[in-house]
Amino acid sequence: MLKMNHLSKVYRTHLIETHALRDFSIHVREGEFVAVTGPSGSGKTTFLNIAGLLEAFTGGEYFLDGVDVRGMNDAARSRLRNEKIGFIFQGFNLIPDLNLFDNVDVPLRYRGFNAAERRRRIEQALARVGLSARMKHYPSELSGGQQQRVAIARALAGSPKILLADEPTGNLDTQMARGVMQLLEELHGEGATIIMVTHDPELAARAQRNVHVIDGQVVDIEAEPRMRGPGIAVPQAVQA
Amino acid sequence: MFGYYLSLGLRSLRRNPVLTALMVFGIALGIAASMTSLTVFRLMGSDPIPWKSDRLHVVQLDNWDVNQAYDEEKGRLPDQLSYLDATALIAAGRADRQVAMYKVVLPVQPANDAGGPEVKPYLMLGRATYSDFFPMFEPPFRYGGPWSREQDDAKARVTVLTQTTNEKLFGGADSTGKTVRFDGVDYTVVGVLDRWQPRIKYFDLTVGALTEPEEAFIPFTTAIDLRAQSSGNNSCFKTPAPGWDGFLASDCIWIQFWVQLGTPAREAEYKNFLDAYVMEQKKLGRFERPLATLLPDVNEWIALQEVVSRDVEIQVGLAFAFLAVCLVNTVGLLLAKFMRKRGEIGLRRALGASRGQLFMQHLIEAGVVGISGGIVGLALTGLGLIGVRALYSEFKAITELDWTMVGVTLLLSVLSATLAGLFPTWHACRVQPASQLKTQ
Repeated sequence: MLKMNHLSKVYRTHLIETHALRDFSIHVREGEFVAVTGPSGSGKTTFLNIAGLLEAFTGGEYFLDGVDVRGMNDAARSRLRNEKIGFIFQGFNLIPDLNLFDNVDVPLRYRGFNAAERRRRIEQALARVGLSARMKHYPSELSGGQQQRVAIARALAGSPKILLADEPTGNLDTQMARGVMQLLEELHGEGATIIMVTHDPELAARAQRNVHVIDGQVVDIEAEPRMRGPGIAVPQAVQA
Repeated sequence: MFGYYLSLGLRSLRRNPVLTALMVFGIALGIAASMTSLTVFRLMGSDPIPWKSDRLHVVQLDNWDVNQAYDEEKGRLPDQLSYLDATALIAAGRADRQVAMYKVVLPVQPANDAGGPEVKPYLMLGRATYSDFFPMFEPPFRYGGPWSREQDDAKARVTVLTQTTNEKLFGGADSTGKTVRFDGVDYTVVGVLDRWQPRIKYFDLTVGALTEPEEAFIPFTTAIDLRAQSSGNNSCFKTPAPGWDGFLASDCIWIQFWVQLGTPAREAEYKNFLDAYVMEQKKLGRFERPLATLLPDVNEWIALQEVVSRDVEIQVGLAFAFLAVCLVNTVGLLLAKFMRKRGEIGLRRALGASRGQLFMQHLIEAGVVGISGGIVGLALTGLGLIGVRALYSEFKAITELDWTMVGVTLLLSVLSATLAGLFPTWHACRVQPASQLKTQ
């Protein structure tokens, strides 16, 4: 599903070169739930940005669902990102003056679905996260946990191949974090491929496989995934 | 996607009403200033009789002082003819239609037998002209029609009244066949004009392009017979002999002379005739200056006489400079607005929007600001034109906003705002999504 071989990322200024990733290799298979851990500044977020096609890399190879992303132009990268990737951010990143329906609609608009198809997908995605009754509500009317659920619904609505979650519970209290984590586990149980960046060992332990990153390099990787949940199946709510 | 971008643009306007109001009013003010000036400029310079302006020509001859040109600064030929030349050209009758004319003062002595409110005697301006004036310049008739060429020759006491004069003297009723008294002489009304107000009084620019047409028309021959003096411009380079006959025999210029020529061939023919006429006159000791004759058509005449003055051009330039200042202000405000949306832009990028899509979205948002500014600007332009009319009554005919100008206003507004939106949009679309998503 996601394969990086000897990837490097160098930030250059006229004074200094910073190697954010070096010789970074990882292979995430379809249906896996991988936690990427490491201290602050280790390169976790850089990895996630490159995985999400939000940043270019300096060297190495990256295949997403079998597609070599090197040399792609902005429009092609954007299209690939829209079709294959669902993002879940620490800060939820909902648009405050759009209601839940319209927030979930955003990626579907860029996909070019017709109105009926978009409505079907939005309603299914919000139902999947238990918020179908609040479609016309605005983000400010929801709790943090509920906002993160909306963000997950937005990520699911386009039936992506992979979910990238960056500290998805980082802005939530314990109880809400537990609820969001449970939802991610359920999605994984339904067959979703998830990569979650976290520095919380307790959360990482709930993933199927852990990848530890220090100084831009993978230093510890569990080669074989631990099987969890009922098995791999495409989540019913977001079937394409 | 256009509909989606449009709805996002409208939503974005509502997000920050104060900033939106500043941008919309900024554009509206610039648009209103430029469109008010442009309307006046356009109507002043526009063709007042487009269906035949190329067939109507002013006759210009140069019988001025041999030692001093008529217009030393700009080198223009005299804009009027002497009585001698005007009557000679009329007598030659070489054009399809021809008219010599001048402005007269007509003291009106109302009969007050219409049964309406009493009208006291008053002075009005009239035009002494030939019957060809009416088919040449085509004022619309409400009642009756022009007098005949025979009545020109017979120095008949006939008149054509304007709608206003007919309203004043006859309560607006059909007055053809009735009599009006001007300066102790009775004239029979043969026609009454409908409302007629050319945007500019191109057939006589000697006392201003924006003056209204005279209030009654009488035959040129009758006015001469009655020794009605010109109340327009009279220019002489040497003192005429005393008395009315002395004035008529002089080289003073005071008569506007127009001809109608159906084809370019007829125009060339008439020009040759004029040159021959001048050469003939030279033999008689007149026209001492080098041969110079001109036959400008209506639009050439308007340009030659600088109806659209340099002042008006400068005013339009300044108004557009003001619009540019307003647009610079809009660039700043849009930049601030779009920079505040960096987080959303980064998010939309992460969710699959390409730079091109975001560029289009924000350009349409700028366009929405533009169309809003255009609508407000249109209202302000209307107010501006009312203001111009209130301050300068002579501008009445050239301060009306037609549908073309409404369209131009809205288009200019959208184009201006879109132009103003280009840099802020480009700048906003350069946002690195990764840097924004963590900071939201």
